[in-house]
Amino acid sequence: MKELRDPKALRRLLADIGELARKTGGGRAPRLMEVCGTHTMALFKSGLTPLLAEAGVEMVSGPGCPVCITPNAIHEAAIAIVTGTEGATLAAFGDMTRVPTRQGSLQTAIPARGSRLKIVYSPEEALDEARRDPARPVVFYGAGFETTIPAIAFTVRQAAAEGLRNFSVLPALWLVPPALRAILEAGDVAVDGFVYPGHVSAVIGVEPYEFVAREHRVPGAIAGFEPGDILLAVRSILEQAVEGMPRVALEYSRAIGRDGNPVARALMDEVFEPYDACWRGLGKIPASGLRFRKEFAGFDAAVRFGLGEITDRDLPGCRCGDVLRGVIRPEGCRLFGKTCLPGSPLGPCMVSYEGACLIHHKYGRASGGRA
Amino acid sequence: MTRISLELGSGGRLMRDFIAGRIVPSFRDPLLGDLGDAAHLPGGIAFTTDSYVVDPLFFPGGDIGRLAVNGTVNDLVVSGAEPRFLSLAFILEEGLEAAVLDRVIASIRSAAKTAGVRIVTGDTKVVRRGQGDKVYINTAGVGRSIGRPRPGKIRRGDKVILTGTLGDHSLAVMLARGDFGLKSNVRSDCAPLLFLLPLWKQGALWMRDVTRGGLATVLVELAERLPYPVLIEEDRIPLSRPVRAASELLGIDPLYMACEGKAVVIAPAAKAGEFLRRLRAHPLGRKAALIGEVQDKVGRPGELLLRTTAGGLRLLEPLTSELLPRIC
Repeated sequence: MKELRDPKALRRLLADIGELARKTGGGRAPRLMEVCGTHTMALFKSGLTPLLAEAGVEMVSGPGCPVCITPNAIHEAAIAIVTGTEGATLAAFGDMTRVPTRQGSLQTAIPARGSRLKIVYSPEEALDEARRDPARPVVFYGAGFETTIPAIAFTVRQAAAEGLRNFSVLPALWLVPPALRAILEAGDVAVDGFVYPGHVSAVIGVEPYEFVAREHRVPGAIAGFEPGDILLAVRSILEQAVEGMPRVALEYSRAIGRDGNPVARALMDEVFEPYDACWRGLGKIPASGLRFRKEFAGFDAAVRFGLGEITDRDLPGCRCGDVLRGVIRPEGCRLFGKTCLPGSPLGPCMVSYEGACLIHHKYGRASGGRA
Repeated sequence: MTRISLELGSGGRLMRDFIAGRIVPSFRDPLLGDLGDAAHLPGGIAFTTDSYVVDPLFFPGGDIGRLAVNGTVNDLVVSGAEPRFLSLAFILEEGLEAAVLDRVIASIRSAAKTAGVRIVTGDTKVVRRGQGDKVYINTAGVGRSIGRPRPGKIRRGDKVILTGTLGDHSLAVMLARGDFGLKSNVRSDCAPLLFLLPLWKQGALWMRDVTRGGLATVLVELAERLPYPVLIEEDRIPLSRPVRAASELLGIDPLYMACEGKAVVIAPAAKAGEFLRRLRAHPLGRKAALIGEVQDKVGRPGELLLRTTAGGLRLLEPLTSELLPRIC
């Protein structure tokens, strides 16, 4: 772990990267997309973004923040549950509760009599809440990618086994590879390489990204979250670009194997099935979301609380959608830093701790000096 | 804003703006003006107050009673006053077990003795079950002024000293609340900072205890008043092993975590070495470190910058909302 933060080792990597970036050609700096918000955060926290820019590599943020890509309609459905049902608990991850919608946010919504909002850190906490008070409906607002979905599937299976009829999940479950395909096929952002998320890959493995290299000839590497991990991945991507041999490099083999975690995937597959889901900014993407299988439909909060079909309805002026596709950087939005601020966010990318706008605002504003 | 949200209480910029915009203008008192940790009254008296609502009441390394004494004592110390007298007011929830209150009182008594303050007045109220949460405490503190923060005297080259590790209190309370289902031997650093008092006589320019909002928020508030940027170095900031581990595992940034027994001190350049020696000679200051300086080589006036371990520069912002771990 230590060498992944050692300033000397990092400088060496940056020097390699600078040299490779010059060799890639193309008349502009190679543009790499870090797919996942955790990477965006790690890049800014460690101060790597400006160092990479100096080395001649432009990093753009991708759609890998579940809070951000969940359409407003699902956030509004969560608000409808807590304001429209008496005596219920809606359990949610903290930053899901601050997303502004036409109906306000979960934080500002006034719960119906006896109902409440509970911030949890894991789906198991919501399940515990349901066990403690079997008379109280407990809805878990389940948002996440392949990293989080197995744990949600596990709680559902557990609730089924225990016969907990008061537990349900409002699903906002997203799959990374179909979103990458959508970005590549839309073609409105030129991406020269992808830094793939290590934790998602720990579940899905290497294979689901292969089409990027095979069909689109775009290089990529799976990376961990230490500064050195990210630089190793960037170096690998540039090497692939220079050699003209795109592939999916695994630069995180200390933590994951090429096949990911088949047990976790089987669990997801048992409870959920893919469907054509609506993403904020990306629209409807084939087989990009997960919904309950018939056998588990009784745990679907959308069914249980009679919520209608969920479609995308963004707030006017907010360009989170373009930020999520990498079409613009947060600074390119007219609202950024003016009316949309961390204390009073107008869009989800300014709410989420992994949202590109919040991270750019917190860590990324240009400073007069240099290191 | 039409309703008060929890975020207002997190100690960050939102709270500061709320106090400055919504509360202070109604009172317009020159003594209230600089919003320090305590007011310096005529006659060499310093006066402060604070309320304590920690949940759970007891956590490794401390409890609400000890916090209620040390928090107010520390506000006086970093304002340049020797703590002397405290008031003690309870708001109790109907149904609270008397034995719990006894434990809190015993803790207050022992903390007051350690800090050398006398509890000389007080009040007790009881509210209906559900209208409060077990025990809330307010203490006001009176002290004798022996110094005063002088941010206007801070010059280029002056040093930033942190008196110990960051974040232990935050982490101890979060884990005691069972938030993450993790176990650790971390203990709150809750302690009186009386050993800082001699530094006032030796020329300390400014001090703040690092509580809600963490080191970053406290130093941004200072930097915004200075004509120079402040630069701190990530690899010089002392962290305990549990806090380091938690920050890696949970993604919580120690720069924004609260302490209850640490302060940041601005020392004149020439005195920094001596300050460090004195601090390290005290058991509560053993891990004191010089973490940065007021300078003009990088950044713009008013900015707080962090040179990261990776060698990059990061602009630090005040805390904007309650700390939450990452979710994916």
